[in-house]
Amino acid sequence: MRRLLWPILVLAALLLVNLIFTPGFFSIQLREGHLYGSLIDILRFGAPLILVSLGMTLVIATGGIDLSVGSIVAISGALACLQISQDQGLFAAVALALGLCTLLGAWNGFLVAAVGIQPIIATLILMVAGRGLAQLITDGQIITVNDPAFKLIGGGYLLTVPFGILIVIAVLAITVFLTRRLALGMLIESVGGNAEASRLAGIRARGIIVMVYAFAALCAGVAGLMISSNVSSADGNNAGLWIELDAILAVVIGGTSLAGGRFSLGGTVIGALIIQTLTTTIYSIGVPPETTLLFKALVVTAVCLIQSQAFRDKVFHRRGRAAPPRPVTEEKVRVST
Amino acid sequence: MLVVAGLAAATLAGCGSESGGGSEAGGGGGDDAIVMGFSQVGAESGWRTANTKSVQDSAKEAGITLKFSDAQQKQENQIKAIRSYIQQKVDVIAFSPVVESGWDTVLKEAQGANIPVILTDRAVDSADTSLYKTFLGSDFVEEGKKAGQWLVEEYKDASDTVNIVELQGTTGSAPANDRKSGFAEVIGADPKFKIIASQTGDFTRAKGKEVMEAFLKAHPDIDVLYAHNDDMGLGAIEAIEGAGKVPGKDIKIITVDAVKDGMQALADGKINYIVECSPLLGPQLMDLAKKVVAGESVPARVVTEETTFTQEQAKEALPSRQY
Repeated sequence: MRRLLWPILVLAALLLVNLIFTPGFFSIQLREGHLYGSLIDILRFGAPLILVSLGMTLVIATGGIDLSVGSIVAISGALACLQISQDQGLFAAVALALGLCTLLGAWNGFLVAAVGIQPIIATLILMVAGRGLAQLITDGQIITVNDPAFKLIGGGYLLTVPFGILIVIAVLAITVFLTRRLALGMLIESVGGNAEASRLAGIRARGIIVMVYAFAALCAGVAGLMISSNVSSADGNNAGLWIELDAILAVVIGGTSLAGGRFSLGGTVIGALIIQTLTTTIYSIGVPPETTLLFKALVVTAVCLIQSQAFRDKVFHRRGRAAPPRPVTEEKVRVST
Repeated sequence: MLVVAGLAAATLAGCGSESGGGSEAGGGGGDDAIVMGFSQVGAESGWRTANTKSVQDSAKEAGITLKFSDAQQKQENQIKAIRSYIQQKVDVIAFSPVVESGWDTVLKEAQGANIPVILTDRAVDSADTSLYKTFLGSDFVEEGKKAGQWLVEEYKDASDTVNIVELQGTTGSAPANDRKSGFAEVIGADPKFKIIASQTGDFTRAKGKEVMEAFLKAHPDIDVLYAHNDDMGLGAIEAIEGAGKVPGKDIKIITVDAVKDGMQALADGKINYIVECSPLLGPQLMDLAKKVVAGESVPARVVTEETTFTQEQAKEALPSRQY
């Protein structure tokens, strides 16, 4: 739990900044029969990023990385909208889109686990080719659809709550159950720690790796449905553009090591919320568009520095130089939790 | 001596382009079909899609071989595409720059290879205007001014402050810069007009919606929305409706472009005024390309013909709208 302390503090600080600039920031009302407020916005627009980040967390926990999720977001939205615009029925469209995404994820996993290609290269292939595939599906156009049921996924409300948030809660609950209540999480961490040793210990490392990439792609597929549903259109060029980088950032801010071997789903959710809150903050306090990226970079740098044990010790415990090895031992203790 | 040699080479290359084109299109049987390399910004909106289609269709009609590439909103892709056109020795290069600055190097390469360049839709800010033959496109400053003039007219009797929020296009792009400055220039004459928030929505629906959601919460007293294109305006309309306000009434909306979805919203009363920015510049482009390749002189600036639409005019124009 201590691992989550800093991300939570950062998130709280960001929200506090908003409260100063926008007095009504924390107010949540019931408007037009649904919840309405800035906090709801953050959750709603952050939902796709949280989903993609959850998948990314498990991939990173195995010591891998998945750069293709942004393209998969685009493919999923494009395929679903194309099917709906051809009157194929909502369920068929969604099932086909998610099915293809899972297949693409399994392909990533196959390249990594069976062929032995470095994850960053294996998924780079689909990152580049996938966006082309999305444009092929949409024929380079923006497909606009008008289906109220499809609209529900990313832009609708169920019992006043945005449906996207409910999807995230469901996926999060299932993932937490599978990885923390069952042995799956331990197996993933074991593979991330040392795939060969895990295999010798009787764990089917390859199967686990293929599974996490397929899961990451499935999450990205759902996120793609949400993003395209929110604006009732599929945009092969821009949907999910750079979301893979935001997702990796969310995972890292959340305290999951890029080296693999351990992960924190709660941390990832908070990390994704930090990124979305930052975006919303930029809009609400009126950072000029020309300086938006610099502003983001500064905040993210600050977040990373504040999470670094070595940095904190240097800055906050200058006088305690006489006792240097303390942080190292603490790091080891953390690994075992 | 060197200059003379350079000139000679240039003339030779000018003549040589025909034989080069001939060998390339040898199987095609065309005597001297012009080959045009066109680098499009992307497919970020319905407007752009119509623009792409217009260029492709009119190239076919004019008998010009079109090599088309989509830069996906990235300048580096566009520079790569232009370099590859130079290597392929096309007869003329046309492109819509993603952003305004940073083109001098690649344009000089084209000039060095003696390939004329035509800018379409968006301008570049190069000081050296000899780097391109002509710029065909809309006058974005004028569009911003038209939007501002309607607003001034609409609120001429009001004495209270008019709170305006602005959804800008892609940061650094010519339409975003110019539509912003043209608009600001006109409304700046009267201090009651106040732009209380201005953010980029990247010309996309998704971003337009997301930014407008945040605007609505941070500023409860918005009177007018000025969006640099229809798509961002359409995204914002969803956000405004979600906030329980009536777009077009509680918040007056002005957009630029006049694509079909935008015109539909205008006819439905959700948008109040649209300044047209016509994407159908293909025929004009092919005309210019032929003249440029033939060595005829062309004006340095060609403006596309455009108008504006009110809600009533939109209802009339909607049935015959192509894009």
